[in-house]
Amino acid sequence: MKRFWKNANGRLKTGMVMTAFFLVLGFAVYYIPHINPFTYNSYPGKLPPSGQHWLGTTSLGQDVFWLLMESIHNSLLIGLIVALIGTVVGVFVGLLAGFSGGAVDRMLTVVTDTFVVIPSLPILILMTSLMKGSSAAILMALVLAMFAWAWPSRQIRSMALTMKERDFIQTAWFSGEGTVQVIMTEILPFALTWSLSNFMNATLSAIASESSLAVLGLSPANLISLGNMIQWARERNAIFAGQWFWIGSPIVATVLLFIGLFLLITGYNDYLSRKRGR
Amino acid sequence: MLNECRGMYPRLMTCPLFYSSSNKGESAAMKFRKYFFLRILTCILTIWIGVTFIFFIPRMFPSDPVENMIGQIRSRSGQMDPVELEALRRSLRVQFGLEGSLLEQYGSFLWKGLLHFDFGPSLMSYPTPAGEIIRTYLPYTLILSLTTTLIAWIIGNLIGLQAGFRKDKRSSKILEGIAICLYPVPYFIIALILQIVFAFQLGWFPLQSNINSMGGAASYLGSLLRASILPAVSMLLLGTGWWIISMKSLSGTTAEEDFVLYARYRGIPEKTIGRNYVFRNSVLTQVTALAMSLGGVFSGSIMTEIIFGYPGVGTLIQKAILQSDYNMILGCITISIVAISLSTLIVDLIYPFIDPRIRYS
Repeated sequence: MKRFWKNANGRLKTGMVMTAFFLVLGFAVYYIPHINPFTYNSYPGKLPPSGQHWLGTTSLGQDVFWLLMESIHNSLLIGLIVALIGTVVGVFVGLLAGFSGGAVDRMLTVVTDTFVVIPSLPILILMTSLMKGSSAAILMALVLAMFAWAWPSRQIRSMALTMKERDFIQTAWFSGEGTVQVIMTEILPFALTWSLSNFMNATLSAIASESSLAVLGLSPANLISLGNMIQWARERNAIFAGQWFWIGSPIVATVLLFIGLFLLITGYNDYLSRKRGR
Repeated sequence: MLNECRGMYPRLMTCPLFYSSSNKGESAAMKFRKYFFLRILTCILTIWIGVTFIFFIPRMFPSDPVENMIGQIRSRSGQMDPVELEALRRSLRVQFGLEGSLLEQYGSFLWKGLLHFDFGPSLMSYPTPAGEIIRTYLPYTLILSLTTTLIAWIIGNLIGLQAGFRKDKRSSKILEGIAICLYPVPYFIIALILQIVFAFQLGWFPLQSNINSMGGAASYLGSLLRASILPAVSMLLLGTGWWIISMKSLSGTTAEEDFVLYARYRGIPEKTIGRNYVFRNSVLTQVTALAMSLGGVFSGSIMTEIIFGYPGVGTLIQKAILQSDYNMILGCITISIVAISLSTLIVDLIYPFIDPRIRYS
């Protein structure tokens, strides 16, 4: 760990610190006992920031700070679930295509390429507008995951194609290991370092997609996410009422979270390519 | 919404020309023709798969648009005659293209929707066909997204080239820092921030765009320009950010290659090296990346339009969602998929003409 930190570049370090900060907010601070921020009129409305309410209250009498914690938690959770499904499916499809070759490979490649170029937001809009607010958060994650597997799959396939020709894989084949065993013990470790950057990438785009859909009013209405929090503040005219902490805090949180994740991804990619000796 | 290529350096992408395995014996012209053919085939396939998706997804969901409509009508008009209701239901089913077997519906959807852009009547403005309304909104979106994409691509690549070619300068680092802080932010957040600062706080621009189509050409153009500035700026900021980041990393690696070093030893001026050696080699990858980014740009345009109320397809989609205008949503989405796929195809087909490594004799 110490050596890793020493070798890490500035971007990776900054990204790690920023992302860790949000993870702590979303998965540790979140569990400190507090009044459910979703219930209306827990407190008097439109309070300015104070010692008791760090970011003030909304015009519906909700505590902005805890609302923010809840939305960071849910947004991160959705992002991670989508990324997990996308990466697992992507790695599986990519390895299958890369190692089977022939007709299976060609068919899978066509489908993958289509999913890479197909504009996902319009289709997501169509699907969520049919579910319209009534859907559960987990269904939302599944829908988003439909577009998260294609890019990792494409990358893993091209990796698998080069791996197939390497000596140590050949050795494993000839020493009588089965396909599954070769994939599990020889290839997966390589695929995982590659997939980590895809994983973070998918997390980022899932959070972005969810918040875009929220602004359209298409995210589940009972889900407190960063996008929904911004949308609620807009609907309740927080801009006109000058309640800057209500509308401002989710905006600032989203911006910082995205910059942090982006730094983490590019920093990690640089770190990997340097490690490979380029 | 983000590009699919977000966070990946474009160098990782496979160049489409060498994507298909090619035999050594083939002539350049043959290879070229094969590339064209393959690329057009992929485009048709993409549109077909996308549209098939659009057709089957709503039919998999339990919610029935006709029943939703009838529920709405009934809640407005109170008690209705059951016979009348049945007639209404039947005529709605015809208009929604829900009559006949699934295969027949699919065929007529492909034929009418995809080839003639006929999606049936819009429900918000009842007898007017949805296709006709989309046709009046689409040019606004196309103009906004295409001009900003092109300008962002040019500016971003020029700045990125400077930043990558002279890596150690202070200004390069500052520029890259700004780009990194802009690029990962979703489109609607930038739009929202600009709206709060420039329209609400400073009052320089209207909060919601309204375009004056009643007056003469001058007032129309004037109001169009006024309404487009903030949406265009917010899209430019994000787009430029990405091109700066990617071009910087591309030209940075190209500048360290042997042929650039050799050119330096030969005493070729730095400016010429930058323009002819580094730029021309790195810009090729950026053309492919441009094609890949169009889907993301279109999605971004949808979100930006909604924030500013700019009269494009995005605002139309939002209105249609609010009023459950199902034909309209379907139409907008079909047309978006066709538009994005076609513009990606066009950029990809231009690619061989600017690649100096390909000669046609």
